[in-house]
Amino acid sequence: MRAAPLLILPTAMLAAAVPPLSAGPAAADEPSPPPTVGTAGTSFLTATTVEPGQPVRVSASTGDHLYWSFALAAGQTSQVSVTVALPPTGDRHGAATYTADVFDGLRRRQACTAGPQNATAAADAARVDLRCTLRRVRAWAEPWSDDPLPGTYYLRLSASALPEQDLGLPIRADVQITAKDGDAQPTGAKLKAPLSPSVNPGATLAPDAAAPAAQSGSPSAASSAPKPAELVKGRFSWPSGRWWWTIGGGVLAAAAAVAGYSLTRRPHRWFSAPR
Amino acid sequence: MITRRWFAGGGLLGLLAALTFFGAPPGAADDGGAGGPAEPPKVELVLDVSGSMRARDIDGRSRMAAAQQALNEVVDALPAETQLGIRVLGSQYRFPGSPKAVGCRDTRQLFPVGPMDKVQAKAAIATLRPTGWTPIGLALRAAARDLGTGETTRRIVLITDGEDTCSPPDPCEVARKLAAQGTHLVVDTLGLTLDAKVRRQLTCIADATGGTYTAVQHQKELTGRLNQLVQRAGATYRQTPRQVAGGAQCADAPLLTPGVYTDRERFSEHRWYRVRVAPGQELRASISLSLDRRLNPDHGVLLRAVSTDGQELVRGTDAGSGRTDVRSTGLRWAERQVKADASPTSGSGSDLRPVCLVVSNSFSSPAYVRTAPGMPLELTVDLVPSSDAPGGPDLGRGWLLLVVLTGTGLVAGLVMGWLARWRVATFKEN
Repeated sequence: MRAAPLLILPTAMLAAAVPPLSAGPAAADEPSPPPTVGTAGTSFLTATTVEPGQPVRVSASTGDHLYWSFALAAGQTSQVSVTVALPPTGDRHGAATYTADVFDGLRRRQACTAGPQNATAAADAARVDLRCTLRRVRAWAEPWSDDPLPGTYYLRLSASALPEQDLGLPIRADVQITAKDGDAQPTGAKLKAPLSPSVNPGATLAPDAAAPAAQSGSPSAASSAPKPAELVKGRFSWPSGRWWWTIGGGVLAAAAAVAGYSLTRRPHRWFSAPR
Repeated sequence: MITRRWFAGGGLLGLLAALTFFGAPPGAADDGGAGGPAEPPKVELVLDVSGSMRARDIDGRSRMAAAQQALNEVVDALPAETQLGIRVLGSQYRFPGSPKAVGCRDTRQLFPVGPMDKVQAKAAIATLRPTGWTPIGLALRAAARDLGTGETTRRIVLITDGEDTCSPPDPCEVARKLAAQGTHLVVDTLGLTLDAKVRRQLTCIADATGGTYTAVQHQKELTGRLNQLVQRAGATYRQTPRQVAGGAQCADAPLLTPGVYTDRERFSEHRWYRVRVAPGQELRASISLSLDRRLNPDHGVLLRAVSTDGQELVRGTDAGSGRTDVRSTGLRWAERQVKADASPTSGSGSDLRPVCLVVSNSFSSPAYVRTAPGMPLELTVDLVPSSDAPGGPDLGRGWLLLVVLTGTGLVAGLVMGWLARWRVATFKEN
C-alpha cells in the first residue's frame, strides 16, 4: 500500500522519534523464523497448509503427487519456488520432468507469469529447480472469469514424465512460497467470500425439500443484499489510497497557488520590471 | 471479521472460526468434521511374510528383519488416537511345499484394528518368520473388512516383496473395486524390491486407490516412509467426501448442499447434479477426476452449470496430456442482479433457483483396460453471498494527479496575483 508522499515524512519522523515502540514488535518477530513444514498432502482435500514464507522440506517418492495449500489476500503477488533433490543417478534410467502446478481455491489452473514451471532433469542431474510467479491477486472479478482471487491456493508438485522403472525412488522436495503485497485492483471492490473451498462432507437433500437448513447459518439472500449505508461506506471507505492522493493533491495545489500569488506580490526581477 | 480470519489462517483456521461463529461447541470445532461422531483414524498394515522375504538385500539384513524393525518403530511412534491393525499374508503354509489351494487362502490378522497394546504388538511382530505364498488380493479384501465401514478415510499400507502368486483375483482389480465401494479407502504400497513386475503391480494398486508407491532399498527409507504414511493417515483421515450418485439428466439429479462429494464417472459419461441457489448467492463448484488406471495420453474434463431449461450458464474446463493424478476445474456463477428487480420480494423458499451441474470427460484408454467401475470423481459445492461489481472510482490517485493539481494551483495563484497587481496599479493611476 502506498501512502501519499506528504504523509510519509511525518510518519517516518514519528517512527524515528519513538524507536522502542516501533522497533519492538519487529525485533521480537525476527529471531523466531516460522517452523519448517515436514509434510505434504496427496490430494486437494488433504493438502498441507503452509504460511507464505514458511519453509517446507519433505521426503517423498518419485511419482508422488504432493499438495500444499496457502492463502493469498487481494493485491498479493506470490512466488513459488521448488527444488527437488533427485534420487541417486545410479538408480535412474532416464530424464524426468517435474512440474509445479498452481490451482486456485476452485481447483482452476493458475497461469505462471514467470517460470520455469516445469523442467526436465537429465539422467545425471542431481536436482531440478522450478519456479512460478503468479498473477497479482485481484480484489474482485466477474464470476465468469478465471482471474486470481483472494482465498486458498494449491501447489501440486508432480513428476509429469519419467521412466516407469524410476517410480518409487526417494526424493526430497524443498518448497518456498513468498507473497508480496501490492495494490489490489479494482479499487474499492471486495469479494464477499474468499475462494476457500469447503472440506466437510456434503449432504444431499430430498428433491422436494424446503430451503436447506444449513442456510440458516450462512447469510441469507436478504442480508447479503447491499444496504445503502454499506454502499456509501464502500465508496468512501477510509483510509483508501485514493483519499490520500486526492487530499495530498489539494494541499499541494493550495500551496502552489499561495506560492504563485506571493511571487507576484513580492516582485522579483524575473517576474516584473525593476522599479 | 470472518473474512479476515480466513485470510490469516488459511482453510483450516477459517473453518474453525466459521464453526465457532455459528455457535458450534468448541469440541465439535476441534473435530474439524461436520459434527458427526468423532471416529479415530484407522490404519491397517498388511505385511507380506512369504518365503521370498528371506532374501538378505536390505542393508545386508533380510527383508523380514527390516520389516520387523520398521513395524516396531511405527508401533513406538504411533499417535495415541490412531488405531492400527496388522495383517500378515503367507505366514502359515510353506511355499513351495504346500498346495496352492490352502496357500492362497493364507492371511490372518496379527493384531486387530483398535487401541494398541504396544508390548503385545511387538511380541507378535517378533514371532513372524518368512514362510508361504503371496495372496495379495485376498489380503486386501480382508484388510478392508478389518477396517470396517464408516464416514472417514481408511488407509491400508501394503508391504510386500513379491508379485501376487495367487491371482485371480488380480490385486489391482480388487483394490479398484474396494475403492469404489462405500467407504473411502486408500492403499499405500511399499515394495521391498526393485523387480519390474512387483513395481507394476504395486503402482497399479496405489493409482487405483489414490495411494502412493515407494520402492525401498534401505532400512532408513522403510522406517521413515512407514512412519510418514501412518502420520499422514492420522492428519488427513477426516477429509472424506460424501458418496453420491449423479443422475443421467438434470431432472433426476441429486440435490446437493455445500460440501464435498465423491462419485464415479465412466469414459464419456455425463453426470448431473443439482444445487438450489438463492437470489444474491453465488454458486461455486469444482471437480477433480482421478486418473486411476492406464489411459491414453490426452484427456480433459468439463464442468458446466446449466439452467433447468437447458441453457448453459458457465463452464470450467481443463485438459492436458501425460502423467498426472487428477484433472480438475471449477466454476463460479451468480445470477446477474437486475436493478429493477431489486425490490424486496422476500419469500425464502420459493425463489430458490435450481442450477444443474454436469460433469463430462474426454478420457479414453487402450482396449484392454476395464472401464468399470468409473473413475473417481470429487465434487465440491459451495454457496456464498455474491459480490457486486464495484462502482467507478470517485477519487484520483497517482503522481500525474499531483503534478496536474499543483500546476493548476500555481497557475491560478499567479493569475490571481497578477490580476490583483494590475487592479492596484490601475486604481493608483486613477
